[in-house]
Amino acid sequence: MNPPEDAARTAALFAVDPAGLGGVCLHSLVQPARHQWLEMLRDLLPPAVPVRRIPFNISDGGLLGGLDLSATLEAHRPIAQRGALAATDGGVVILCMAERLSAHTAACLNAVLDLGAVSTQREGVSICDQARLGVVAQDESMDEERVPASLLDRLAFLVDLNGFDLRTPLPLLHDRAEVEDARRLLPHVQIGNDLIEALCGTGLALGAGSLRVSLLAVRSARALAALEGRGCVSTDDAVEAARLVFAPRATRVPQPAPGEERNEGSQTETPPHAAGEDPAATPPPSAKEHGESEAGARESEAGAREQSPGPDDVILEATQAAIPGGLLTRLRGEVAARGGSGVPGRTGALRSGGRRGRPAGIQIAASRGHVRLNLMATLRAAAPWQRLRGRSAAGNGRVVIRPGDFRITRYQQRSQTLTIFAVDASGSSALHRLAEAKGAVEMLLAECYVRRDLVAVITFRGRRAELLLPPTRSLVRAKRNLAGLPGGGGTPLASAIDCAALLGSQALRRGETPLLVMLTDGRANVTLAGTGGREAAHADALQAARRLQRLRITALFIDTSPVPGAQAAAIAAAMGAKYLPLPFADARVLSHVVSAASVRSGH
Amino acid sequence: MQSAAQTVFPFSAIVGQEEMKLALICAAIDPSIGGVLVFGDRGTGKSTAIRALAALLPPMRAVVGCRYACDPAEPDAWCVECRERAAGGTLKQRTIPVPVVDMPLGVTEDRVVGALDLERALSQGVKAFEPGLLARANRGFLYIDEVNLLEDHLVDLLIDVAASGENLVEREGLSLRHPARFVLIGSGNPEEGELRPQLLDRFGLSVEIKTPDQLAERVEVVKRRDEFERGKALFVGKWKKPDALLRRRIVAARKRVQDMSTPDDVLESAARLCMQLGTDGLRAELTLIRAARALASFDQAEAVAIEHLRRIAAPALRHRLRRDPLDESGSAARIERAVREALEA
Repeated sequence: MNPPEDAARTAALFAVDPAGLGGVCLHSLVQPARHQWLEMLRDLLPPAVPVRRIPFNISDGGLLGGLDLSATLEAHRPIAQRGALAATDGGVVILCMAERLSAHTAACLNAVLDLGAVSTQREGVSICDQARLGVVAQDESMDEERVPASLLDRLAFLVDLNGFDLRTPLPLLHDRAEVEDARRLLPHVQIGNDLIEALCGTGLALGAGSLRVSLLAVRSARALAALEGRGCVSTDDAVEAARLVFAPRATRVPQPAPGEERNEGSQTETPPHAAGEDPAATPPPSAKEHGESEAGARESEAGAREQSPGPDDVILEATQAAIPGGLLTRLRGEVAARGGSGVPGRTGALRSGGRRGRPAGIQIAASRGHVRLNLMATLRAAAPWQRLRGRSAAGNGRVVIRPGDFRITRYQQRSQTLTIFAVDASGSSALHRLAEAKGAVEMLLAECYVRRDLVAVITFRGRRAELLLPPTRSLVRAKRNLAGLPGGGGTPLASAIDCAALLGSQALRRGETPLLVMLTDGRANVTLAGTGGREAAHADALQAARRLQRLRITALFIDTSPVPGAQAAAIAAAMGAKYLPLPFADARVLSHVVSAASVRSGH
Repeated sequence: MQSAAQTVFPFSAIVGQEEMKLALICAAIDPSIGGVLVFGDRGTGKSTAIRALAALLPPMRAVVGCRYACDPAEPDAWCVECRERAAGGTLKQRTIPVPVVDMPLGVTEDRVVGALDLERALSQGVKAFEPGLLARANRGFLYIDEVNLLEDHLVDLLIDVAASGENLVEREGLSLRHPARFVLIGSGNPEEGELRPQLLDRFGLSVEIKTPDQLAERVEVVKRRDEFERGKALFVGKWKKPDALLRRRIVAARKRVQDMSTPDDVLESAARLCMQLGTDGLRAELTLIRAARALASFDQAEAVAIEHLRRIAAPALRHRLRRDPLDESGSAARIERAVREALEA
């Protein structure tokens, strides 16, 4: 089947069992394709099934329910309001711009998907409502934003609609009557143990997600059989289910021959989407045969075991102390000092006025936007005026509240810092001190860990820079990606600075505070266009540095060359970065090293 | 939320994850161990196991009409209202299931701590206390899924109450205290964010779980889950016997754990193990001993033996090690090494 047919097929399958299959992640940048798919889904779903769109920035109250304020004031007793999820029980929720969903909202949604019920404990309201539903997550990501992995893990299908020919409509494979028949048949569909084993084996061999995904594949196979009007899952159903569910999530292709270069493997570790776009990641259907996939699983296990700490790590251990400790902390102090000149409300370490974080006082509600009213404070504000407002005159004992009494709680949240490491892995750097640079980054990573920062790693070598690790809080991943970093090639410094600027501006947009740490010898020899030439490359790098400086991102430029050069210093100055030559281990530094190391390991 | 209406997956039917099951059982045998933190990969059945444990536990006696489900047999732990009731005559009793309170994300502080009873305040102008989740969790379990995503001030509050066993309410003109003894159970996925180190230490036991990489185990998980979803009543019936057996063992162990003797050499070994690992403070040692005692009772052993220490050392100590965040060899290996050196010397 071709991709449009697969897309149409998933729509029909999802319509058969929305709650069981969890949902569909629809990756599409163009409106019409998505629209077409959703129309198809709507046509396939029985008319009584509720479908509801919810925005990514929906408030907790809107999603889960809470106190209905106006009704409460009207009735003079607390009135609960159901949220969007409880109102869609038995139906489908369409999540707009799912890539912008916060981890918190995703977790709320996940809990509902897992339990099939909404349980709300908010604002004096305690409700538990049934909510068995499926999710269509509209993924419009272009850059590094991703639909939360925890949500993707609960959705059976990841569909990529990009690249579809918009003039030809999606093929109509099924109609509503077939879906309704399948819905009736579904509870009676049987699946053999051998097919369950085959599906689990395939999931394992492809490294496709968690056990939950394997279970989703089993359910998909059932839905497929029901759609075909069969009471028993056939091998073909299982093969198709495996293709639809596992293929877009495959993180590895079962290798026929072991002993392959490992550090390549760790470098090409790709996020689910990229893997989905890569046709090579889609296994041939024959790989689904039971015996073969089992063999594949054993091989990939063996592969995973090979990834034990190599000699690289030993070098790291030995050199990671070659940079004085507390650098980031000091740099951060500068951020705070600079705060006044930056973009208001962004570069400061604290962000207030959000709806999360520590309560930091109560204020009068200025707008009627989706703020969380502090009822108690509101009541307290209204209380002294009751006599004047005629409470006793009316004699009904009701509290009279005016809009001016409304109070909201102000929250203060420490804004997240994103530390971006840009590591020069070019030939010139590698020759000297790539290992040391890696060690330095590791040390700074440890500092990030203590402060629970997000980290991202950009590396540059050869023709251009690449994002090795999108913003994450997982240091283990950061370390692993860094350890497998090969060296060699040119120094595309301009491309690296641009890449860092892009990442930094994205962070600013999310309300995070970016911090750039650049490790390079500053000897640019590849231009932005990817061609050689030292002078042109240096000019390009200077220009990129000035672009970066306009974003007012705090930066630290660590010169890794053995002889710190004027070129590097010039670029650092253009970036507005703090310039710091990486010291060789002379006696003065050695004391730093020892003290830093002792603090680190606790001896 | 106690989802009594929902059929939960039977505890005995959970495939593998032995360490998690053992830690949960120990915490159920001796609540003073101080709760369990389950951290691990997605889709490994963390929530399933915790909900299953709740269904497994035997019912308990409680004072009729008490909002905190006070134990009639333990006057020392009574709430103010029960003391008043007892002064006015004998207390009526009833049997209730062990409360397992689910703390949903998006919860607001007033529902956790309890707050002014809005309805009565708005309609009658009466100042009355409406108990929150902490009151409901008294003598039971408080479960927080995605504990690492919960707002910090709520986590701080929970830990504080879990440690003191008492909820102090000072808000909205209310000033009162009520018993809130519960076993705190948290779960989460480290990829969503790490837990603050000072928080880690407050959990008695900590379990790390991984997605099984053995095909046979994975197949069994999927098969059982699938079977459960196809016919819940039938599946639960099938596992009724092993669940009942396990329940009886837990009940028996609870009785035995009070009198479980701990030989000096075991105490010494525990101390040596903690020193070897450089865990700070006495909390580690205390938890290790308590957990070993719970385990010994569960095993129906005469006394705590080195073997029990060895089996429970990892969950009792792994989150208390001085952390080197970048040491990937992991706490498990370090503990294993220390156990070998300290216990087999």
